[in-house]
This record gives sequence, C-alpha cells and structure tokens, in this order.
Amino acid sequence: MAENVVPRVRVPRDASAGDSVSVRTLISHPMESGLRRDGDGNPIPRQIINRFTCAFNGEMVVDVEIHPGVSTNPYFQFDAVVNETGSFEFTWYDDDGSVYTETADITVA
Amino acid sequence: MTQTRRQFVGTGLAVAAAFFGLPQLASAAELEEAIQAFTGGADMGGDGITLIAPEIAENGNTVPIEVDAPGAAAIMLLAAGNPQADVCTFNFGPAAGSHMASTRIRLAGEQEVVAIARMPDGSFKQARQNVRVTIGGCGG
Amino acid sequence: MTRKSLLGGVSAAVFAFAAAGVGLADIRTGDSLVINGEIPIVTETEPAAHLEGALSTVYSGWVFRTDETRAMQADDFDNPGMLYVEQGIDAFNTVMGSEGNSCASCHENPESLANVRPSYPQWDAEHGMVQTVEMQVIECQTERMGMEEPYGYDSQQMRNMVALIASVARGQTVDVAIDGPAADAWELGREIYYTAYGQMELSCAHCHEQNYGNLIRADHLSQGQVNGFPTYRLKNANIVSVHNRFRGCIRDTRGEPYGIGSPEFVALELYVASRGNGLTVEGPAVRN
Repeated sequence: MAENVVPRVRVPRDASAGDSVSVRTLISHPMESGLRRDGDGNPIPRQIINRFTCAFNGEMVVDVEIHPGVSTNPYFQFDAVVNETGSFEFTWYDDDGSVYTETADITVA
Repeated sequence: MTQTRRQFVGTGLAVAAAFFGLPQLASAAELEEAIQAFTGGADMGGDGITLIAPEIAENGNTVPIEVDAPGAAAIMLLAAGNPQADVCTFNFGPAAGSHMASTRIRLAGEQEVVAIARMPDGSFKQARQNVRVTIGGCGG
Repeated sequence: MTRKSLLGGVSAAVFAFAAAGVGLADIRTGDSLVINGEIPIVTETEPAAHLEGALSTVYSGWVFRTDETRAMQADDFDNPGMLYVEQGIDAFNTVMGSEGNSCASCHENPESLANVRPSYPQWDAEHGMVQTVEMQVIECQTERMGMEEPYGYDSQQMRNMVALIASVARGQTVDVAIDGPAADAWELGREIYYTAYGQMELSCAHCHEQNYGNLIRADHLSQGQVNGFPTYRLKNANIVSVHNRFRGCIRDTRGEPYGIGSPEFVALELYVASRGNGLTVEGPAVRN
C-alpha cells in the first residue's frame, strides 16, 4: 500500500434543487508510472490509481479510467447536478487492490 | 550562442527520457491503436468539443488540462508523444452536471494533446492542441 | 548527442546571458496574489536598506511563473503542497518521544506558531547560534520531547512540519534580524552569496541578482527568494526544503555543495531570507 494516501474533496455545503455544482478532488499518491528505474537501474514497479468514481446518492456522476499519464497526486474537477439533499461518494482504486473512499454532504433547498 | 537547433532539441529529448526513465515514446501506430479502440475507426467531427491546455507548460510533470464536450457520454484524453498515449477517460453518468472535466497530466516533452468525445448517438468529436514543455534551467 | 556536446550546450546557454543584465521584458509584473480570496500576498516590494541598491524591486518567485502555476497557489485546494501541510497537522497532534508529548502539548495549535516562519532563521541565545525552523523542530524533539531519533533535516516528515509552520504564517511580512548576534552568520551568508562556485564559476548573484527575468535555457530565472519555502515543485511533485534547493543550485554550477543543515547553508539561508525582508510568507508556494 502506498504511504500517506489521503483523499481530499471539496463540494459546496448547500445548493438549490437542480443546480450544477462544481466538485474538486485530490488524492496524495505517487502515481508511479512503471516506466522509471531506480538508482541501480532496476525498473520501479507501476503503482497508480487506475480508476476514480464519484456518485451522488448512488447515481453515477463520473467514472474515470486512469493511466500513468495522470500526474502525481491526481486532481479531478467536474460538475454534478443535485436535485435533493444527499451525499457524494468518492472512490479511488489503487493498482495494489487498496480502495480509498471519501464522502461529502450537501444540503439542497 | 553556439548551440544548434539540433543540439537543443536533442537536449530536450534527453530531459524527457530522463524524466520518464525510458527513451521509448509511443509510436504513431500506438496512438492510432488507442484511438481505434475507442472510436472503432469512426469519423470524427471537430465541433462541439473544447480542449484547454497551456501553450507552454512550465514543467511536464504537472500540466493542467480541461476538456468540455456538451452532451458527451465519454471523453478520452491522449498524449501523442508520451511513452503510453492513453492518459485517462471520463465516463459521464446521469448525475453529471456538465460534460466538462479538469485534471493534471504528464507530458514527456512538446507534443500534441488529443481529446476525443463519444456522443450518445455513437458519433465522435475530437480536438487537438500542441503543448510546448519548458526545459528547465537548473535540473528543471 | 555526446555527453560533451550536451555539456557544451548547457554552458553556452548559461553564458549567453552573462553580460545581459536583468530582463523583465517577458515577465508580467504588477499582478497581485490573494490566497483563498482572503490572504493577500506581497509579491513585489521595496528592497531592504542593506541591499544597497543591488535590487531595484524585490520580487517573489511567483511573479516569474506562468499563469497556470500562479493559479495553483491561489487556492489551497489547487495547491498540492497543502497535502503535505495536512500530513504535518496529523504529526503535530501525534505523541512522539519518551515524554509523552505532541507538538500540541506545548503549542496548542499550529496557528499559535504563526510568528515563527517570518523571523527565521534567528539567533538562539541558549545555543549560541543562528537556528532555522528545522533546527528548532529538532531542538524541541530532542530536548523537550525525548526523541532519540528526531526528524532528519530534509526528511519528508520535517518538510511536512516546516510547511505546516509556514502555512499558518502566510501573508505575514518576512522580517529576519541581521544585526546583533546574528551579524556574523549574516556576513558569512553574504560572502557565500557573492562567491563563484563550481566549474562554471557561478555565484548566487550571477543568476539571481544580475539576471533574474532572463532565460536560463527555456526557464525564467527568479531572484531566488526563499519566502515560499518549503515549496511544492512541479518537477519533484513534492515539497522541497530551502537547503535542498541551495544544494541543487550549487550542484548545477558543477561545484561541491555544502551539507544540508550545515552552518554555511544556515548562514546563506539567513542572508537570502534577509534579501526578501518585506515580502510575505508563502510556503508552501508552487513553483516549477
């Protein structure tokens, strides 16, 4: 498991029904590409976040397939439409099988 | 300044190779293969998709990219000059508020960034932009 | 390309500007940075008197960066350096050492340390030397927390902690003391700043005083200010300490660098920090 993998998400605290709100996510992760070599010339094995998903009240917002071309500490920004008060669920999938999750609540008036 | 253009370009490639630790870049065939896998070889329009990338990226490790294709089901991002052309693919669900996404990507030197949108009707759109990557002054 | 021609290319580029003087033609000055819409940052200011006209204006390194890099620092969510600050917060609240103390046992919260970064390095009377923030952390860990193995000077844990201590001071004016008992170290730092090092015979001043704004290869030289450290470098995709950067600079002159945490680098940090008196703390800044 990669060390110090910490997800961060930011969504507005409240919104009006039907609003499109901006969602930002960042997770600390080395995104080791598998293309580098260490000081002794040995290949460093690939270890990346290979998939990221965001759902709102169980409904998919975005599902991202990720390759080593995404930078260290992967950052994603996108929009979600909210029709009711509820919760965003964010999930990051690591090559080593680890799954990192985070949630964020939003109040919809 | 006695440095020739060829030397300068060569230095850039050396820097790019050092940063990916591998001199081999994706061939044009690999790029086409990745596009083929996504589009099935369909024709691609150029309207209705916007790709925002810096003209000059200060460092190839972290290049901010934004794609927007109203109504798209999915948008694939490719870096034509990377060791692997695939960067990421955004699949938009029913709760998506738009069909826009931003991320930060790696670019192994100056190259073309490609965004291809798959529309719900099975058609495709693409946008391309060239990005120059600054060669750092001091171990940059 | 042979190694020789690569080296030749580099030195040609370096010396191309040797007689040029500062060049701000393609640097956009006059912009302001406000972090999170609430922390105003001083990115351009009047030089301190001790500079004796060596700089006409003191510029933060932020001024020399592209719009994209500048924007990353304007919002804590966009700034990847803040990931390391968060790890520093966890460490701040974690008991370490045999005395059963965390940083929070004495300092309550990180914000209580907001006055630290702007005035460091500073003279420490008890130890009879100028101390950096890193040395202060090690002092706390060994003398008050009972840690046999304190954080390494340039370790990830140390950089996280120093980034936390900088982050709570953002927007505060850098004001390091250069007189009194600190004067000897400051003089040593100034001497190092103007000494040419390495096979390329370059001093700090050659690049960062005489040629800021000019291109070194395809990169704009800054004034080498340290108010944004620890800095998140896009190149490293991590936060980088002041001494690590010093070491990189001297290495690139093809010289033998002083050690990280050495008295020479402490003195140089004090001197370089004093050249930025009047700027504001930005750490963790975002640079290339």
